[in-house]
Amino acid sequence: MNALARWDSQRRSREARRARAQSLADGKHVAAARIGALLQAVIEPGDRVCLEGNNQKQADFLARALAALDPAAVHDLHMVQSVLALPEHLDVFENGIAARLDFSFSGPQGARLARLVSSGQIAIGAIHTYLELFARYFVDLTPNVALVCAQAADREGNLYTGGNTEDTPAIVEATAFRSGIVVAQVNEVVQALPRVDIPADWVDYVVPSPTPHVIEPLFTRDPAQISEIQVLMAMMAIKGIYAEYGVQRLNHGIGFDTAAIELLLPTYGESLGLKGRICSHWALNPHPALIPAIEAGWVQSIHSFGSEVGMERYVRARPDVFFTGPDGSMRSNRAFCQAAGHYACDLFIGSTLQIDLAANSSTATLGRIAGFGGAPNMGADARGRRHASAAWLQAGRESRSGLRGAAATPRGQKLVVQMVETFREHMQSAFVERLDAWTLAEQAGMPLPPIMIYGDDVSHILTEEGIANLLLARTDEEREQAVRGVAGYTPVGMARDRRMVENLRDRGVIRRPEDLGIDVRLATRNLLAARSMRDLVQASGGLYAPPARFRNW
Amino acid sequence: MSNPAPALETLSYAFPGTKPAGPFAPVLAGVVGSGNLEVLLEASAEPVCRFDVQTSARGFGSIWEAVLGDFQRRHDLAGVRVSIHDMGATPAVVGLRLSQAVAQLRTP
Repeated sequence: MNALARWDSQRRSREARRARAQSLADGKHVAAARIGALLQAVIEPGDRVCLEGNNQKQADFLARALAALDPAAVHDLHMVQSVLALPEHLDVFENGIAARLDFSFSGPQGARLARLVSSGQIAIGAIHTYLELFARYFVDLTPNVALVCAQAADREGNLYTGGNTEDTPAIVEATAFRSGIVVAQVNEVVQALPRVDIPADWVDYVVPSPTPHVIEPLFTRDPAQISEIQVLMAMMAIKGIYAEYGVQRLNHGIGFDTAAIELLLPTYGESLGLKGRICSHWALNPHPALIPAIEAGWVQSIHSFGSEVGMERYVRARPDVFFTGPDGSMRSNRAFCQAAGHYACDLFIGSTLQIDLAANSSTATLGRIAGFGGAPNMGADARGRRHASAAWLQAGRESRSGLRGAAATPRGQKLVVQMVETFREHMQSAFVERLDAWTLAEQAGMPLPPIMIYGDDVSHILTEEGIANLLLARTDEEREQAVRGVAGYTPVGMARDRRMVENLRDRGVIRRPEDLGIDVRLATRNLLAARSMRDLVQASGGLYAPPARFRNW
Repeated sequence: MSNPAPALETLSYAFPGTKPAGPFAPVLAGVVGSGNLEVLLEASAEPVCRFDVQTSARGFGSIWEAVLGDFQRRHDLAGVRVSIHDMGATPAVVGLRLSQAVAQLRTP
C-alpha cells in the first residue's frame, strides 16, 4: 500500500468548491440573484456538467445563468445531458463556456447544433440513447456538477419532482455519490413537501427560480387532426398485429398514428372482442388519447417516462392505473421506464421519416443532428431478455423457423413495428434507396450512420398498403421485396417485382387490408372514440385540463 | 388578379375488364376538399372501366396511371365509369376512396 497515495482528491475538490460558495448560501438556499456567483464558485474549467434538459421539463433558469457566465473564468466544460431543447443549451458553446458534448436528443435545436459542429465550436463525443447516456453517468461520464430542476424544495433541501421526475434521479444519484455538486432550481420553497423525491443530503444548493420552469406538452395530439388513412392503419395494427400476437405489454411512440390506435381500442378493438386480450400494460407517458380506453376498462397499468401537462388531476384520480406516491401525485422516472420499455414490453410501434430496403429506419435528415432519445432502446430486440410471453415466443418462432445451428436456438423476439404512410407531406417518400443518415454521417464525420432502428430489429412495417412481416422473410431479397411490397406508389414501391410480392402475399409475409378481413368502409373518423380535445375532456369526466393552445372550443 | 388560377389537369384512362358490373345506382365516396377527393361510380355500356380524373395537383399522371391500373387489376371491372374530382389527395387517400366505393358497389 502506498502511504503517499491520495484517494480522496474528488472529495477534497468538492469541499474546496463548497468553501468558495459558503458566503453565497443560507444553509442550502441561494437567492436567485446570486446564481451566477454560485455557479462560478462551484464549476471549474474542464468540468463535466449536466444541465438538466429533459424531454419535457427544463432547468431553464440555470441554463440562462450558465450561458451568462464569464468564459474567462468558466470554460471548456463537457456537457453531458440527455436533451438539448433550449437555445441556452447551445449558447453555452457559442459563448465559449462549453466545448464538448455527449447527449441523446436535440429535437428543436438540431439544425443549429449541426452548424456549431461544422464550425468546430462543438466537439460531439457521441449521440446516445437515454439509457445509454444514463449508464455512462455511472461509468465514465459522471457529472462533476449537476444543475437540475424540481417542482419544490423544503428548508432542508429535500426536493419534490412529482409527475415530471423524468431524468432527475439518475442524474442526482450519479453526481451525489461521486463527490459532485448538485444545484437544484425550484419553482417554490415550501414548509412541507407533498413527498420527498430526492433526499436533501444528495442536494448541495437550492435556488428558487424567478419563473416556473419550462415544460412542454409533447405527447398531446388533437384527435381532430387524425386522418382516415391513420384510422385505416390503426385498424390494421390492431387486427393484423396486436390481435395476431396477443400483445399485452407495449410502448407507443409519439404521434398521430399511435394516437389513432389508442382511440380505436374502445371502438374497433371492442368490436373484435379484444378487450382484456391486448393492451393491458403500458410503458407510456400519460397520453390524453388513451383516456377513452382507460375509461372503458382496457388498461391495467401505465408506467411513465415523464408526465404530460394537463393530465395531473386525471392521473391522481386513477391510482390503480398510474404510478402515484402516497401523496396522490404521479411519479415518473425516465431511466426505469426506458428499462421497462426495453425489457418488459413485447411490442414497440412508432413512426419514422425514412425506411430503406433493408428496413433500417431513421429520422435523421440532412443539415440536422438530432439523435433519437429513447426510440432505439424501445425499438430494439432485448437480447438479454429471458422471461417468456406468448407474443414474444410467437415472434421468435416466426423468425427462427427453418433455421439451423446457433440461429435455431429457441428464443423469443420483440415486436418492433414501423408505421408510416408511404408519402409524407409534400409527396415526400417515406421509402428510400439510401437513408439521408449515410450522407449525414459523411458530412459530420460520424463513425456510424445515425440509424434510429436497425432493420434486423424491425419485425413489421405497416403502411396504408399493408403489413410486411419481416420475421417471415428468409433472404435479403425477400426482405427487400417485402419492403417494396408495402411502399405504395413511391419510387421504391413502383420498382417492386410484382410476381415476388404476390408470392410473399400468398405466404402471409405481406398482408393487405382485405387479407386481414378489414372493411375499409369503416375507416372513417367516426370510428375514433374521441374526435376532438373536447371529447377527451368529456371522456375524462372533466379531470383532463388541456393546455390553452389545445383549447379550441 | 392578373394571374388566373392554375387550370385543373384532366386525365383519362380506360382499362379492359372481364367482370361486367351490370346496372347499379351511382355510388359516391369522399368529398372534394383539401387533400381529399370525390369518387363517383356509374354504370356504362362500355366493356371497360373508364376513369376521368380532374385534379388540382398537376404532374402526377404516372402515379395516377399506376394507382388506377392496380385498382383495375384487383377488380377487373367492365361497364363502369369512374369520375374523380381531386384536390391533392395522396395515393393513400385515392386508394382508400376507390376501395370504399367498390365495397359499396358490391353491397346488395
